[in-house]
Formats: sequence, C-alpha cells, structure tokens
Amino acid sequence: MSAVFKREMRAYFTMPIGYIVIAVMLLLTGMYFSYMCQSSYANISFVFSSISSIALLLAPIITMRLFSEDRKQKVDQALFTAPVKLINIICGKFFAAFALFMIPMGITLIYQFILMFTADVNWLVYLCDILGIALMGAAIISVGLFISALTESQIIAGVFGMAVSFFIMQMDYFASAVNVEWFSNLCVSISFISRYNAFTSGQLDFSNAVFFISVVVVFLYLTHLVLDKKRWA
Amino acid sequence: MIEVKNLSKRYGNHLAVKDASFTISKGEIVGFLGPNGAGKSTIMNILTGYISLTSGSAEIGGFDIVDNPEQAKRHIGYLPEHPPLYIDMTVREYLNFIYDLKKVKFPKKPHIDEICKLVSIDNVENRLIKNLSKGYRQRVGVAQALVGNPDVLILDEPTVGLDPKQITQFRKLIEALGKHHTVIVSSHILSEIQAVCKRILIINNGEIVADDTADNLAKNLSSDHTLKLRVQGPEAEIERVLLGIRGVSAVKSLGVVEKGSLDFEIEPEEDADVRKEIFNRMADRRWPILELSTEELSLENIFLRLTDGKLNISAKKGSKATKVKEESVITNTVFDEEDVE
Repeated sequence: MSAVFKREMRAYFTMPIGYIVIAVMLLLTGMYFSYMCQSSYANISFVFSSISSIALLLAPIITMRLFSEDRKQKVDQALFTAPVKLINIICGKFFAAFALFMIPMGITLIYQFILMFTADVNWLVYLCDILGIALMGAAIISVGLFISALTESQIIAGVFGMAVSFFIMQMDYFASAVNVEWFSNLCVSISFISRYNAFTSGQLDFSNAVFFISVVVVFLYLTHLVLDKKRWA
Repeated sequence: MIEVKNLSKRYGNHLAVKDASFTISKGEIVGFLGPNGAGKSTIMNILTGYISLTSGSAEIGGFDIVDNPEQAKRHIGYLPEHPPLYIDMTVREYLNFIYDLKKVKFPKKPHIDEICKLVSIDNVENRLIKNLSKGYRQRVGVAQALVGNPDVLILDEPTVGLDPKQITQFRKLIEALGKHHTVIVSSHILSEIQAVCKRILIINNGEIVADDTADNLAKNLSSDHTLKLRVQGPEAEIERVLLGIRGVSAVKSLGVVEKGSLDFEIEPEEDADVRKEIFNRMADRRWPILELSTEELSLENIFLRLTDGKLNISAKKGSKATKVKEESVITNTVFDEEDVE
C-alpha cells in the first residue's frame, strides 16, 4: 500500500494537478478568511462552511486519473500482477488522494494561529471543522475513485465525477423542491452538505461521522468489485 | 515450475483458450508461437493472475494462481505486450517503486544496480521514461519483471518494435536470463522463437496444436520426406527407372533448372529410404547425379500448416516426436539445475 501511496503522491507533484488543487483551495480559504476578518467575526467555521461546494467539485480532479490513467497506459498490468492484494492498491490510491485533499486543509491551521492573536479561539470547533471536511472529503474521494475505476478516460472520469458532485450539492435543494415526503427525507438523509454543515456549526454528531465512513467503505468495496470483475469478465 | 491443466478462458461466447495443458520445468526457455489473436497473451495474462480463468487450473511454483495468487505471483516477473511504465518517473524511481510494490527483501540499491547493468539501462537510469526510445522502454519493462529475482519470467512479444540490432541484443539477454530463470517468450514471428527457445508451443485459435523442440517439430512433424534429384539424362527414361524402384510412390518432373540437367521430385513411401537405390540405378546407366537432397518441411511451413489446420498433430500424440520431446526436457532440466547458482 505504501508503495502505491508514495507513487501517487509523487505523481500529484510532478504533474501540476497537485499544485493547482492546493492553490485553488488556499486561494478560496484565504479569500473567505479575509472576508471573515473584515467582518470582525472571529470564527474559522465560516471559512469551512463556505468552501464545501468547491471541495466537492475539486475532489473529482484529484481522483479522475487514479485508475483510468493506469488502465490506459497499461500500468495496471504491473500493479495487478504484483504479489499485492487488490485492496492494498485501492487503499494506497485512496489515501494518496485524501492526503492531497487534506494538505490545504492543514494549512488553515495558520489562519487559526493568526486568529489567536486577535480573538479567543475555540480549538474544539476548529477540530470539528477539520474532522467534518476530512470525513466529507474522504467520502467524495471514494466516490471519485470508484468512477475512475469505471473508465479508461480520465476526462470522462473527471466530468462524470463533477456531475456526481454537483448532484450531491443539490441534494438539499431537491429535498425542498419535491413535495413528496419520503423523497425529501431520503435526500436529506444522504445530503453531504447538511451533514457537513452540522460539523461546521460545532455539532459533533456521531451519526454524521458514521454516514461518511459508510460511504467510504461502500465505495472502496464497489471499486474492488469493479476491478475484480474486469479480471473475471 | 509451471503446471497448467485443462485451462480454458471464455469471453462471452468466444472461447479464447480451449483446454490448454502443459508443464514447464525449471530452467526451460519455452516459446509460445502463434498468429495474432491466437490466445498467447491470454494464457500469459492468466498465468500472471492479471485475468482469471474460466475453468482448469494453473500452478506456479506449486501455488495455484486462483487460490494462492500472492504466493504464485511472487514467483513471476511479467513483461506484458505493452511495457507497464509510469512515464512521468525516471527509470530509477520506477524500479524503486516496483521494488517497494513487490516487497522485495534484497538490499535495494545493489539489487536495482545489478538489474540495470544486466539489461544495460544503467546509463539512462536518471532519465524520465517518457524521454526514452522504444528499445530502452522495453528494457525497462524487462528490468521491472526482474525486480525481486523471480523464478519465472513471462515475456509477451518482447521484441516487437525493436530494430534488428536491438532484437539481437534482446535475444542474447533472453538467453542469458534463461540460465537462471524459467522463461516463457511469446511471438508470432517464428525465427524469433526459434533463435532463443529450446521448446516451442504452437498455439492457434486458443488451442495448443504442437508442443515440441524446434528440431523435432521440423523433423518429425513433417509428413512428407520428399527427395529432390538433379540428374543428367533422358527425361522419360529417368522417370521410368525411378518409378521402378521399390519404395517410390510418385515421381514428378520439375524440368530444367540447371542447364543440361533435369530436376525431379520423388515421393517415397512412408519410412522407405530409397536414396541408395536411386544412386545405384543412376550409376548403372551412367546418368550422373548432380544433387540429391531431402526436402524437409521448414518450421515456417509447419507453422503455417498447423495454424491453417492442415496438419493434425493430435494424431501424433505419443509418437516418436512426443517421446523425443520428453527426453529433451529431462536433459535440459538436469543441465540447468547444475547451471543454476
């Protein structure tokens, strides 16, 4: 697993994709941080609650090439004929994408330190924010990884991933727009944004954490199924 | 080392591999020969665990590739048809990655240094793979297969796209590797296989249609031992005399090829050696023989006949050809076991 993780991390930074993702995230978090400072509202949760959509849209860019490019370049033959379990390869790629996603989030620690000089900061709230973005990020990355395993084209994986992210973002809108109770309930219960917002508003709800972890487990399993099925086709 | 029993692979309605069975002993260099789409790569992909099998079994080093994939894969180094390379890495970085991936136990730097030297890529090890030529990429592909020093090397069409000089270098490399590894090489080019492999498996339409040494394939599978005679004398007389020899079943005049002489094609009956008698009869009549030769089917012709389905080998099973093959396998094994360090 560590070999695949290292390789993917290295690939993010030999291609511009890693830098672009980090730059975009830092630009946006920095922008919202400056708005926050201007409004003299010293709560970093504002930054986190503002970046949920862009985080969802950036995740497919991180994940789109993970399996699709390997298949296209036929490197998967080296991976799948090595004496390694398939799940280790999947996890290696998943954690690499997750680590890249979390780098700019980790950098928000600097904002928190800046705030410390000007106001009383609540570290528990900050931890709650980080946990929320980490869990939602992991969930959307697992979905993106699954999509990447479905196709040989990273463009298709990227575009389809973004469409899925957009659909996920609109879940709360669907819930309010459709006047069918069971459908509204379903949309709310699988909405990433409302569950994430619970974290940024300082509520550490165990069920939300379980939801995101479940999504990760299910999609990593589905990725395994897809890749294994290709062998048996 | 490799034991394949009744292996079949089905893609939907298409049966890509039909009931293939063979055993490869330690230290053998075996060639898979067959036209494009014959099932060579499919068999290789199954042996390496890249794709699954539909029925039958494949064991590598005593481990079943389906039941114990990790142990089985530990014995294999695989160079697929397209070398699996991360082109954004340097050669050294890529080999380090493969080393980590395969969880190799040897000391890292000396092991990779040794491989780079063996396949002559030590001069490009710090270059990005995307900047390398096809020949070098192919060698990096072989290098990644060699990482971990596996017992079995499976090389799928390793010389495709190489120039003649590189092909010669590659043959030497495969021969060198064969001293310490069991090697399977596939190709649709006969001379390629003939040059490096002691044993050849001819695969056509997913079936193994012949399994023998190159020499035996040429000698024993050839159904006709036609003789070619070039002689000076009167055509009709010669033909009459030849047909009068016991054991000659047919004579065909080929006309004048060399000025002042006539060429004939003589088809003897099975197992009959009529050469001595031809000489005596011609000598009695003072018709000088300029040439008398046996026309064996070339391996090229055998291959074409087998893959066209014109020659049926199954009828020859257990014949002299097969026996000779088994003896030679044993000899090879003994020789290579002494040779392996």
